[in-house]
Amino acid sequence: MSPQQVILSVSELSKSFPGVLALSKVSLDIRTGEFHAVVGENGAGKSTLMKILAGVYSPDGGRIFLDGAPVRFDNPLKALHHGISLINQELNIADNITVAQNVFMGSELGRFGLSRTEEMARRTREVLDLLDAPFAAETLAGSLSIAEKQQVEIARALVHNSRIIIMDEPTAALSENEAEKLFELVISLRAKGISIVYISHRINEIIRLADRVSVLRDGCYIGTLEGAEIESELIVKMMVGRSLTDFYQHEIATERTEGFLKVEDFRDFQNKVNGVSFEAAAGEIVALAGLVGSGRTEFARLLFGADRKAAGKATLEGRVLKVGSPAEAIRQGIAYVPEDRKAQGLFLMLSAHENITMNVIGQTAVSGFLASGRNERITFDAIQKFNIKLASHRTLALSLSGGNQQKLLLARWLQIRPKVLLLDEPTRGVDVGAKSEIYKLMGEIAKQGVAVVLISSELPEVVGVASRVLVMRAGRIVADLKGADINQETIIAYATGVREPQTLTAAAPMKELV
Amino acid sequence: MTADTVTAAAQAKSRASRSALLRSLGILPILFLICILFAMLNPNFLTAVNLINVFRQASINIVLAAGMTFVILTGGIDLSVGSILACTAVLSLMSSIRPELHWATIVVPLAAGLIMGALNGVLIAYVKLPPFIVTLGSMTALRGAAYLFANGTTIINNDLNFAWIGNESLGPVPWLIVISFVIILLSWVVLTKTTLGVRIYAVGGNEQAARLTGIKVGGVLVFVYAISGLLSGIGGVMTSSRLYSASGLLGNGYELDAIAAVVLGGTSFVGGIGSVAGTLIGALIIAFLNNGLTLMNISYFMQLVIKGLVIIIAVMIDKYRTSRR
Repeated sequence: MSPQQVILSVSELSKSFPGVLALSKVSLDIRTGEFHAVVGENGAGKSTLMKILAGVYSPDGGRIFLDGAPVRFDNPLKALHHGISLINQELNIADNITVAQNVFMGSELGRFGLSRTEEMARRTREVLDLLDAPFAAETLAGSLSIAEKQQVEIARALVHNSRIIIMDEPTAALSENEAEKLFELVISLRAKGISIVYISHRINEIIRLADRVSVLRDGCYIGTLEGAEIESELIVKMMVGRSLTDFYQHEIATERTEGFLKVEDFRDFQNKVNGVSFEAAAGEIVALAGLVGSGRTEFARLLFGADRKAAGKATLEGRVLKVGSPAEAIRQGIAYVPEDRKAQGLFLMLSAHENITMNVIGQTAVSGFLASGRNERITFDAIQKFNIKLASHRTLALSLSGGNQQKLLLARWLQIRPKVLLLDEPTRGVDVGAKSEIYKLMGEIAKQGVAVVLISSELPEVVGVASRVLVMRAGRIVADLKGADINQETIIAYATGVREPQTLTAAAPMKELV
Repeated sequence: MTADTVTAAAQAKSRASRSALLRSLGILPILFLICILFAMLNPNFLTAVNLINVFRQASINIVLAAGMTFVILTGGIDLSVGSILACTAVLSLMSSIRPELHWATIVVPLAAGLIMGALNGVLIAYVKLPPFIVTLGSMTALRGAAYLFANGTTIINNDLNFAWIGNESLGPVPWLIVISFVIILLSWVVLTKTTLGVRIYAVGGNEQAARLTGIKVGGVLVFVYAISGLLSGIGGVMTSSRLYSASGLLGNGYELDAIAAVVLGGTSFVGGIGSVAGTLIGALIIAFLNNGLTLMNISYFMQLVIKGLVIIIAVMIDKYRTSRR
């Protein structure tokens, strides 16, 4: 097989949803054994295009050719039988059954109506060996990590002899380590002649791995880059129609109040948080960096009162914080924007308006009755201030893009005028344009005298935005970095334990640092 | 904002509220269809006497279904409404046969219903048992309690001091109908005009997120089950006053009619989506079916079959219609 051979091509593909033209005459081809990245801001049409290729949607116009012959996929199973697998951001794994059963879900092998469990397990094992997976075909899928579940999906694709594997944001929920492993795997698949179509917001990954990069913007095909053309400045420019220079730009507060938030020896009951102590100043953006599972989210939830803490004391402006529940934390000025937007943050079936005002309807209400006028003004102000793009403030949160959903949450939490803002992965699954806006907002918020605590697994973001980086490992803070020490290598060295923890005293270690 | 964006926002708003209206009235065409059908088939159907009759027959189910709407909006279920109705009806009759307890004939059943519902709520919200299990248990236990209170007999009192509720009218409109519509109106106000209403939708839509925004989820849950209990108590008073009697047998299977009305009204079993206006229409569909089929001399057995099919088909049509939008 020559690497230049086109395996799949689409021509003038269009698709519209009520009120939106999601794809407008997009033409594109995928070659055999290439790593083809598709990038674009949220709402650019990437996911729609992939879902059409995988038979989830049917196009309104245009044609798809597989090996030069026109094809039509009415459902995902048909696409799968033609050798095309889609691995969604939200994984299609049922937790209650085994790995093998997941691999063969929907196409179980059977004879005389009885399922051939042994045969399915055998074929799953074959593929798992190939993938070098650390779990067995009989393992219950619910016990696997997200990265491992992804391997199950890849196994599913391989069992069905897929020639094209489409991955939608596969690294969004992975730690750096897990992502590395995934890359190795993907590269080995490519070496076997399998074409990888890869959607990601992480430009660095794409630059490293992609043979070709195609850019979509507003449902239109902008162009495809190849070889040396693949570099971040150009990609971002094509995606957003403007340059990257001020991507991480945000205001930095000139005035800081030291000792604003003090946290001493926080511990939980699960051994995930094992004595976290630090101070944060009003006006600064402090990042909590570390691997997934290092206890960052768990700590944030303790400080916010979402989980019960085993030990620990926190003071804000010298007053002891008493946080037994989120409601109490909110009253004392602590806001927490959770990492899983859809599961923990948004009310998807409620309107943008209700999502924005949810935290303040109690305050604006007159003896329990909603103050509709005041609430709507709050919403209109927020929509304008945060540049939220929506048809109407009555639009359901469900139908907004990731970036706009995240802005809804930020808008909601700023309504309580927080003193401490805990942001957990605020830009996960958010497009480049909205990311930049969120960084700017963070700067503005900090400048107003808020201690912003940013939890992020994206190191470029941590380096670009934070004025101080606390690195966590195994439930403890192992390093307190500032200035020139803030770089990806140093953070990773502490996060992975390559470097010994700094000696940090529990009480007020930051005085001399700032 | 400029004038342009203001008008655009206003237009978008009116469009959005129109679609919200359509959603909540989704099942209304089916109600009309049923009415037109029966009106053509039977001349007695579309008379004032018959229509008032239908609304009166629907009234108790409307009241129970209003409470059920609150519960289902939080993603729960209340199977105990029929049993609470029986218990409270018996309690009201028991106090009515003792002159010294006459003052309590309405107060006691309402308070009892409220307490029973609140107990359901506490078990669900704080002991964290599944709503289905809790209310299945209380349905069984309270049914037994109703029989025990009534000593296995029917308590009759032809000189009931609250008989007006079941048998008199406010002008041309029977009190039963007035009560049921007032309750629908109050429920609508609570659900759409108060912070509590928004929080009920929030808890049903995403309990985790609700907790993380500082909503006291437990309190909301106790409230909805308590309301369902209170409204079942009102249902008990309405039933016993209509019948001048009460027994442990009352309200058997009412929970299913209430659930059917809520579901017909477009409220989602997952929680977070639905309206009490829809519930009203759902309850009326059931009542009109009962009435029309009886007028046409269709056997009770056949009526059950038709009623069941209509529920399934109506929800199916609604689902198809909304998914295409």
